[in-house]
Parts: sequence; C-alpha cells; structure tokens
Amino acid sequence: MTTVLRNVRPYGEDLVDITWAQGAITAIDPAGTAPTTSDTVIDGRGLIVLPGFVDLHTHLREPGREDAETIATGTAAAALGGFTAVHAMANTTPVADTAGVVEQVWRRGIEAGYCDVQPVGAVTVGLAGERLAELGAMADSAARVRIFSDDGVCVSDPVLMRRALEYVKAFDGVIAQHAQDPRLTEGAQMNESELSGILGLRGWPAVAEEAIIARDVLLAQHVGSRVHICHLSTAGSVAIVRWAKERGVDVTAEVTPHHLILTEDLARTYDPRFKVNPPLRAAADVAAVREGLADGTIDAVATDHAPHAREDKDCEWAAGAFGMLGLETAFPVVVETMVASGGLDWRGVANRLSERPARIGRLDDQGRPIAVGEPATLVVVDPDSTWEVDPARSASRSANTPFLARTMRGSVVHTVLRGRPTVSEGTLV
Amino acid sequence: MSQHLLSAADLSREEAIAVLDTAAELARISDRAVKKLPTLRGRTVVNLFFEDSTRTRISFEAAAKRLSADVITFSAKGSSVSKGESLKDTALTLEAMGADAVIVRHGASGAPHRLAHSGWIEGVVVNAGDGTHEHPTQALLDAYTLRHHLSAGKGALDGRRVVIVGDVLHSRVARSNVLLLRTLGAEVTLVAPPTLLPVGVESWPCSISYDLDAALPGADAVMMLRVQAERMNAAYFPSVNEYSRRYGLDVRRSDLLADDGIVMHPGPMNRGMEITAEVADGPRSVIVEQVTNGVHVRMAVLYRLLGATDALEEATP
Repeated sequence: MTTVLRNVRPYGEDLVDITWAQGAITAIDPAGTAPTTSDTVIDGRGLIVLPGFVDLHTHLREPGREDAETIATGTAAAALGGFTAVHAMANTTPVADTAGVVEQVWRRGIEAGYCDVQPVGAVTVGLAGERLAELGAMADSAARVRIFSDDGVCVSDPVLMRRALEYVKAFDGVIAQHAQDPRLTEGAQMNESELSGILGLRGWPAVAEEAIIARDVLLAQHVGSRVHICHLSTAGSVAIVRWAKERGVDVTAEVTPHHLILTEDLARTYDPRFKVNPPLRAAADVAAVREGLADGTIDAVATDHAPHAREDKDCEWAAGAFGMLGLETAFPVVVETMVASGGLDWRGVANRLSERPARIGRLDDQGRPIAVGEPATLVVVDPDSTWEVDPARSASRSANTPFLARTMRGSVVHTVLRGRPTVSEGTLV
Repeated sequence: MSQHLLSAADLSREEAIAVLDTAAELARISDRAVKKLPTLRGRTVVNLFFEDSTRTRISFEAAAKRLSADVITFSAKGSSVSKGESLKDTALTLEAMGADAVIVRHGASGAPHRLAHSGWIEGVVVNAGDGTHEHPTQALLDAYTLRHHLSAGKGALDGRRVVIVGDVLHSRVARSNVLLLRTLGAEVTLVAPPTLLPVGVESWPCSISYDLDAALPGADAVMMLRVQAERMNAAYFPSVNEYSRRYGLDVRRSDLLADDGIVMHPGPMNRGMEITAEVADGPRSVIVEQVTNGVHVRMAVLYRLLGATDALEEATP
C-alpha cells in the first residue's frame, strides 16, 4: 500500500511528489516524476506541506467534562487544525495525577485515532500545590509522560517547584509552569491596565506572571533542570525568557494564538468569550510576543484549546469560565500574525508549530524533517484560502471561539498521521 | 439618550442637562398633593436586584410608581437566583413577563451591559450599580444636587470644583461621577491613599491627590465615599484610625471648602470613619437631600428612556 502526494512544496520550497508506504516516506521526487504505481494519489495542487503540527497545550476535558469536549471530539478538532499530536492537560476530573489516569487518556487517544494524544501529568496531587504527584510512575507508565504541569494553577510554592524541577531530571521530564502568582491575582478578571480601571474589572497585573517566570528560570538554572513556560503573555515575560536563554538557562516557552492576535480591548464587550487565563493583554504585549516568537525566544505556538459548555460562557463576565477554543484556528492566526508580516517563513512555521514543540515534549516521531525514511506525518496547508469561523462546522463539542464569524486566511487541506490521512480536502476522514 | 443607561459616558452634555431639567420639572410636580403622573400607565418596570441595596431599590420603586408604571421587584434573596439560576434565565423570565424596562443591580461589573447586548431581552436596561464599574443614576442625582446648590438649578456645572474622597478603586459612584461631572464641565479631584486608586487613574479626566488638606481649600463640594472596614484586612490601609486621620472629613476640613461649599455622601455612611457625625448632620451636609433628588432623577431617566416625550407638558399644570 503506497500513497503519493503530488505537487506540493515542502516548507514552501520546490514542488515535489512525496511517496510513502507503511507510514514512512519512501521517496521525494521532482513534481510529476513519481512513479504512477501508487495505490492512492493525492493531488497537492501546488500547496505547502509541513510536518504535522504538535500542540503542547490542549484541554480535552475527558475524563470529567465530556459535555464540553471528549478525547474523540478534541482530537478531531486537532486533526482539522493540522495537528498530529496534542498534549492533553492534566486538569481533568479526576486529575491526571496517577499512572492510571494518564494511561486511560493515552489509550482513549489511540482509540480515537485522529492524532497522537500525549498526556501531561499533574505536578502535585489534585493540582493542590501541596505534595508531588507520583511523577515517576506516570513517566514509567505506558503513557510515557514527560511534561508535568498543574496548568490552570501555578506551582507557586518555591520549594515545591524546586523539588519538582529536580525530581523530573531522573527521567528527562520538564515542568511546564502556569506562571501566575496567586496572591497578586485573587479574583482577577482581566489584564490590569487603564482599561481594567475603567471597566471596573479586577486587574491581573503583568508582574504576577513575570515574577514567577523570573523565579523559575533562576531556580531551573540553580538546580540544572529544564523548565517550560506555558502561555507567556506579556512583554516583560518575553524579556525575562530572552535574558535567561542568553545566560544559558534551559528554558522553553510557548505563546497561544489568541495572545498573538487579540488584545484586552475585547473586554469592553463584557462577553466572557474573551475571558481567558492569562488574560488578553495590551497591543504592546502582542507586538512583543510576536517578536519573541519570530526571534526564537518563544519556542512554540501552543493553543491552550479550552472548551467550555455553553452555559459557562453565556453569562456575566465574572461568572464566565476562563478559556477559549484554539485548535482549528491556530494555523490561520499564525499565517496572519507571523507569515504575512515576514516574522516567520515556512521553515519557521514548521519549527514553531511542529519541530520544537515535539522536542520539548520528547515526542520522537513527531516534528520530524520531510525526508526519506522519516514518518509520513504531514500537513498540507493553503495559506491563501479564506473561511469564516462557524462553531456549527467545528469538530469541537464547544463553541467558545473568540473568532466567531471572523474571516480567517489560511486553511488546513490534508492531515496525515504516519501515512494515514486524518483530514482530506478539509474534511475528517 | 440612547436606548439604555449603562454608563454615565452614555450621556452627552445636552442629554445630561435634559435629564436634570426633566428631573427638576418632575420635582415641581411632586410638590403637589397628588404626586402621581399617568405617564407610564400600563408599562412594566422590573427592579432586578442581585445585591442588597434597600435605598437604591426603593428609590427606583418610588420613581416608577409615581409615573404609574407596574413595578415588579425581584430580589436575589428568596428568589430563584439564590437557587443558582443564571442571569440569562432570570432575564428570559422577565422578558416572558413583558418587562418594558429592567433596572438592574448586580455584583458583577458589566452585568447590565450583558443584559442589554446579549439579545436575552428586548426592554430598556438601566444600570442601578454594577460591581466596581458604574452607578450612573447616582451620578445624575449627585449632579442634580450640585446644580441645585451651585448653579441655581439650571444648566451645567462649568468651572465648579468637586473633590471626591475615598475608596475610588472599588467605587462605582466615583467612576460615574468623574465621567458625568466632567461632561457637565466641573473640575473633579480624586483624593485617596494610593492603594485605593486604580491603575491608570492618571488618564481619567480629573486630577489626583493623596492629600485631602491640599485638595479641599476653595472647593465647591466634597463627596465622601463609603470605605468598607474589610479593606483594612486586605492591607489597603493600616487602620481605621489612620484612615480617618488622613482621609476623614471633620469640621476643620469641611471649613476649608468655599463659603457655600457642600458635603455629600452616597450612603450608607460609616459615621466616625470617613465622615464625622458633626459634619454629616451639619449645615453644609446635603446628604438627605441627595436621597430625595434620587427619586426625581430616576423618574426622569425612566421617563426619557421609555419614550414619554409629550406627556409631561400635558400633566404639568
């Protein structure tokens, strides 16, 4: 069984035909020259092919909130967004803080089959920030957990954070920190700024994020561990990570698509669709995270896809849940904010959406080069086609997209996971 | 006036003056033995109070009743709201009952904005205080009171100096007053310890001071804000005594005002904390008058929002 993907441009470069069999690329020929003996032929129409995207930060909500999302619906949304692997965050019910829960999530991911599901383990039992979860057991489980995070909650206790950073060295793990000083953000609702004062919404100061990042890069350096910063959102955070990398600290960082494009001004609507943690920030922060992503200070775009049941968003701002959908809109946001502006070329997009996140998560067969012998885990994208965001056409069980009715430029045409199409011509297979 | 009254910023100078003029007209009628006007007969006004606020609720009730509206009061306590019903479902219920206007008090900033713009209800929405955001009818009644004393009950407040003192950070009254008094031409100074001023306050259309004694001399009015003692536990200030010493209004300080300067407070007061009893009950105090004016201003708001454009002339003798 062989498949040939004709007429595509790897990384936006020369047109080629890519042939694969048994999940691995067997030949890359100049366009139009691949043998015609393949069982399946896909017409790439001169579009761009990249390694399948890898999301470091996905909330699949299963187990516990299957009314908002399931592993099946969340991974379907991931495939439609061009992702071939997602990291499932640990803040489920029950919390993914034992080998049993992470193995269940991992197995459900295999059953769903739309993309690889790599569970993230909780750092502390029940995300309570009091004692370490059995990190080693999760690492040694069938789910092979390498990223640990209390995401949604900050590991704020400096001693606990230090121990976690040290402990995971034994199995090449990494702590992904949700950087939010809890005392500085009690009851916080939006970015603290001139606007929060006017709107009367409790402010969420940038320093609450930056102080934790500063502490944690110093801790990581002190104990010789690696640390990953989740959804960095402020100009100050970019500066601190840049400084830490210059000093040789083993730190990586991610930014969400929404922090690349949306600003706090949306809070003026008091519509909780725009309520997210960390909050949407000011235009200067948006400019800084774009610059950080372009120069490599920020390693990855991670969606923080956070589905919520309708009633949790159809309410007043203070009662609304934090979070927004991201999987199906991540690529066009990157096209609009990074490619169109020249901040990233297609090699850069492959790097930030696939290669680096795969390395951070230690996913050995994701984020690989498009080359003979490598996995046929690919995404074919059309950077110029436009489409309107419509929750009715989304695979997600939830509808809390901040891009409702917005026209996006850039779409995912085919997604291929180890030779098997999961999305064909923009439709789930 | 636009369709709703959600923020003092919704009012242009002309609209604000028109509301105050209407309120003055309605006040004259209220001096008659029969206080009631037929203007809103057959219209339904709902008081939707998710927070306890007896004074604002009864003020709106009195205003709507004097205009002959049918008034339904819906308080969070003892209602389905306390059983976890959402704002949306409460709104849909009111809509099903045919509310022409919904007066909403809510602990969440922006809740009236959501009611007005979510498509849940058709009627007019009046913000009766939302979280730490705004309280536009309080600002209107304050402006009315100021105009009565400082501008002979006419026109705007150009050049008048108003000092607002206290917990600006958590105060919806301060936000609405800064916006409205500025619209009416007054010069506003906010005085508070730095901990009780919001980030970005320097961009508001007013001046800022940390020093009450420096701000008061020659001012035409001082408005004291309620300071909740629990702010002390959150380290906004060290003690009630220290707060009173630095930011409380006593007779010595009230005498720094202009000769005819007035003392205001939106209530409820903490006597002995932000204001001494002597000042609260003293000759400069217009605090009780503010309450009376509240009814007239709220009548004027309902009157104008519910589109009763020509009845006032007919009803006026």
